[in-house]
Amino acid sequence: MALDDRKSDFTFVGTRPNRPDGLDKVTGRAKFGADISAPGMLHGAILRSPHAHARIVKIDTSKAEAHKDVKAVVTRADFSDKVEFKPGLSGEFWNVLENVMASDKALYDGHAVAAVAATSALAARDALKLIEVEYEVLPHVTDVDKAMAPDAPIIREGAADYSVPEGMHPNVVRYHESGHGDVDAGFAEADLVIEDSFATEATHQGYIEPHACMGSLGSDGKGELWCTTQGHWIAQKTCAALLGIETSQLRVTASEIGGGFGGKTTVFIEPVALALSRKANRPVKIVMSRSEVFRATGPTASASMDIKIGMKKDGTITAAQGIFRLQGGAFPGAPGDMTAMCAFAPYNLTNVRQVGYDVMSNRPKQAAYRAPGAPMGAFAVESVLDELCNQLGLDPVDVRLKNAAHEGTKASYGPTYERIGLVETLEAAKAHPHYSAPLKPGQGRGISCGFWFNHGGETSVSLALSEDGSAQVMVGTPDIGGSRASMALMAAEVLGIPYENIRVTVADTATLGYNDVSHGSRVTYASGLATIKAARHAVEQLCARAAASWGIPADAVKWENGCAVPSGPNAGDFDPRPLADITAHMGATGGPISGHFEATPEGAGVSFGTHIVDAEVDPETGKTSITRYTVIQDAGKAIHPTYVEGQYQGGAAQGIGWALNEEYIYGDDGRLQNSIFLDYRIPVASDLPMIDTVIVEVPNPGHPFGVRGVGETGIVPPLAAIANAVSNAAGVRMKQLPMSPPRILAALKDNG
Amino acid sequence: MSKLHVSTTVNGDTVEYLCDPRETLLDCLRDKLNLTGAKEGCGTGDCGACSVTVDGRLVCSCLMLGVEAEGKQIETVEGIADGDILHPLQKKMIEYAALQCGICTPGVLVAAKSLLEKNPNPTEEETRYWLAGNLCRCTGYDKIIRAVMDTAAEMREAS
Amino acid sequence: MNYHSPASFAEASALAANATGITRFLAGGTDVLVQLRSELVTPETLIDIKKIDGVSDITQNADGSWTLGVAATGAEMSEHPTLGRDWPGVVEAMDLIGSTQIQGRATLTGNLCNGSPAADSVPAMVAAGVTVTVTGPGGDREVAVEDIPTGPGKTSLTKGELISAVHIPARGDNAGDAYLRFIPRTEMDIAVVGAGVSLRLDGDTVTEARVSLGAVAPTVLLVEDCAEAIIGSTLDDTALEALAAAASAACKPIDDKRGTIAFRTEVAGVLAKRAAKIAYARAKGEDL
Repeated sequence: MALDDRKSDFTFVGTRPNRPDGLDKVTGRAKFGADISAPGMLHGAILRSPHAHARIVKIDTSKAEAHKDVKAVVTRADFSDKVEFKPGLSGEFWNVLENVMASDKALYDGHAVAAVAATSALAARDALKLIEVEYEVLPHVTDVDKAMAPDAPIIREGAADYSVPEGMHPNVVRYHESGHGDVDAGFAEADLVIEDSFATEATHQGYIEPHACMGSLGSDGKGELWCTTQGHWIAQKTCAALLGIETSQLRVTASEIGGGFGGKTTVFIEPVALALSRKANRPVKIVMSRSEVFRATGPTASASMDIKIGMKKDGTITAAQGIFRLQGGAFPGAPGDMTAMCAFAPYNLTNVRQVGYDVMSNRPKQAAYRAPGAPMGAFAVESVLDELCNQLGLDPVDVRLKNAAHEGTKASYGPTYERIGLVETLEAAKAHPHYSAPLKPGQGRGISCGFWFNHGGETSVSLALSEDGSAQVMVGTPDIGGSRASMALMAAEVLGIPYENIRVTVADTATLGYNDVSHGSRVTYASGLATIKAARHAVEQLCARAAASWGIPADAVKWENGCAVPSGPNAGDFDPRPLADITAHMGATGGPISGHFEATPEGAGVSFGTHIVDAEVDPETGKTSITRYTVIQDAGKAIHPTYVEGQYQGGAAQGIGWALNEEYIYGDDGRLQNSIFLDYRIPVASDLPMIDTVIVEVPNPGHPFGVRGVGETGIVPPLAAIANAVSNAAGVRMKQLPMSPPRILAALKDNG
Repeated sequence: MSKLHVSTTVNGDTVEYLCDPRETLLDCLRDKLNLTGAKEGCGTGDCGACSVTVDGRLVCSCLMLGVEAEGKQIETVEGIADGDILHPLQKKMIEYAALQCGICTPGVLVAAKSLLEKNPNPTEEETRYWLAGNLCRCTGYDKIIRAVMDTAAEMREAS
Repeated sequence: MNYHSPASFAEASALAANATGITRFLAGGTDVLVQLRSELVTPETLIDIKKIDGVSDITQNADGSWTLGVAATGAEMSEHPTLGRDWPGVVEAMDLIGSTQIQGRATLTGNLCNGSPAADSVPAMVAAGVTVTVTGPGGDREVAVEDIPTGPGKTSLTKGELISAVHIPARGDNAGDAYLRFIPRTEMDIAVVGAGVSLRLDGDTVTEARVSLGAVAPTVLLVEDCAEAIIGSTLDDTALEALAAAASAACKPIDDKRGTIAFRTEVAGVLAKRAAKIAYARAKGEDL
């Protein structure tokens, strides 16, 4: 690597070495979820409801049980709330169990109702046809606004929590309201007020690897689980609860993970495999089909939103208000609160009010998807800002700069910002050649800002030194995008040994303390912080060993360039002792040297980005091409800049899909109509341009090296930036996603 | 019905297996030959993660039956490296960070190798269209396309 | 499921004629395997026709016409040195189907027999006047491509019948064809609308034309009114507008997950115009 890739303050951090798992992944030997097998293994398959909403009158599994190839059949009766081990589940565990296996009612098309384990995958699928389920079909609802209407079918009585005001439909299960100032007074001060409504459809994370697992559980309550997951401790905890066993008796190993983006932060098939295994007393593997992934995992929420913003002629925002209604399937959890809190977060506002609703409908239980809730709100808010700029003749970057939040700003959602990098991203946008490049006829340009909180979360890391001076680091956050490389860089930086001499392993649940999921853009931040602190813990001991060998106090030794050295002239005159020299003798000088760290880091540091997009619209067909795309985002400190760029590019690409073509399409019968990649249209290589990136670095005061998470913010601005580009190209404001060609062509026709 | 016996060649090795006629070539590679490099991302030919070549022709192994492999020459991701020497594409994929999760990588490599064998000097557009059947959800394709085109340039120089 | 790989079309026909339950022929398998995997259609009898001699051949006959084996793939058609010079529209239409990987397996015959109104190669074949040989228990018969599909997923082939060869007419002079489809992405989608045009010129004037539309009715349409709109013209703006109007008027589409009635009706006219312009340029030798 060229020397100019290195930052002056760091030796290893900021360089771009090859990832440690690269060889395994280019040769096909990396083991993902479905790549496992075991002696005696059975194959599981799950029977799913074809109805959006139906009472399960009767399930007859006798024919399946009698089949020679079938070794176990399970229904809800085989899970913990119905068995003797540990009766009674409540809260989110109950929700997950109800989602994993239906009890009285099937709540959406694809809801699991029974499962079999058989001697082959084909035999298991065939055996599903032998299970007879009698349904009483009930009225259903899949649209968020219809689900809130007075006559909507009730998904489940009593699901709402204390936050919901009286008089709301029982499908409204959580309510959020926040803000400050007086929005009515603010609107009165404005020269122009725009109020409009927006809608987005549910999308899927679209990871290419379907969920897959292998579970083994005995009647003694001891088990093993292998699965593709963003967090194996949450899988351990949840499966144990659902199966009625003790958490520590279930060891969970995370496979290599073929994409998650939030969708693999919970369990779907894992408890089923374990329940089947317990009954068959053999390991059971379950692999979802793509259609099952779309129908029965956790897509994001769909949204219906009303935005009102007032602006003065000089671009000052005088007041902003947003109402965000999010549908998250047949369970509580749609991130209406997140949408509300993020929507206006980039701006320094005197008067702001936001309301969020969490609404249930007959769809699969939503899961997190990359900055969950934030992209929809940004789409609505930044569209209105763009329209205000257009109508007042103002530059959209200047207006955002004028109103941008900075250190000391009281955020729209309450707290006061520490050092943040929004202004720097906007200034970089303004200076970027893309922003001033000429547009061709038929093209439009859009920009948008975006915000995400970022997250810390419970974190454990253990680091052990070997006699030869190499180091092994055990982390508990599955590597979803190159994090083993980042961890090794940070450990190398502290230990002062080469990157290549450090092996980072994603440990199983039996060999490390609890770790929260790889989500919330937390891995490089929290596992990174823990790795740094674990390495420093080891360095303290290295210094102590050197001090002992020199016969000086431990605090008279410091660590420099991978060596223990006297801390100053007064400490004595000793030759530096390299790490390998100390570890070579560690057995005789006090035993193994390890470092560890366990805590819940709280200083994740919020993150902002600004995107610039050019789009071209075919006026005769409504087809959109993205002709140029630039992502500018604050990374705090980029540990491995190439993988930071990768996160930016990936977020933008997913945003392009969401904006233009991706959507869950339900028929009048409540069934999902596009449960394969042919019709759930994620961007393909020929759809996209190269995606330019600018890494802004405004260090996060909450991380030793200044890291801010980068994984999620990149999907917040694209929906709005693309909508603004398309609207400016087409000459008509697009208020509904996806902006599919039929929608654009219809809008063009309506516009004359 | 009873299983069918198939004799075929995978990465130069003669192999045999018994399969149900409903099982795909992908099922047979993964479950019978333990070659799990090819992945099933969709089962409908839409994602390309299961890409292999059959008699030199790039195909989705999920859209071919195991019985159809009789007498064919099949190449998978496991056969791309020559012993401990990686193919230039494999090296460039790592160097460019053209993979994040890596699930699409085997299919991308098989497809890209097939492209370069047919067209040693592809344009960006040709590369993007050739790889349109290989879905990647992580990278936005940028680094994949750059890695393939840079490999092509390097292989042209070397030859 | 029983798998057979007969050595002749007569044997394949006899197997199908004597089979009970659902029977499918397997060529490229890009539809059959999807249906099998999703359990939409699990045939009791699957007859793989790829071991029959000559099924992958692409041959130009002495009279300039072409005979294609039923297992010739899209990739083989695209790579053929001269087929695409005669019939670029047919070759391009086939090439639009799916990915590079799909092209390695998919066939014209499979695309036709799948019976989808959105099949890309079918409007191009209809515009080109392609016929097929149907082999059945009673022997062979020649059938125009437009007479094979009878509705979504349905064909006019009877029990024991299968297509055994594809015949593309001689191209002749001063002629060109083109096929365009609309999809929301750049690749990997099913056509929302498709339009095929084949025409012949005398000087600048269109003397013969066949115009077909896909995905706008239960079967691919051969639209006489579209042909009439441009025959006798120099494909001037008036003729193009008449062509678009005739194309839109011929549409009997549905609203579905891929498009709306209004969209398909409008875009059918747009694509017919655009395809006609390409075919016209090709007939003039401007795009070869």
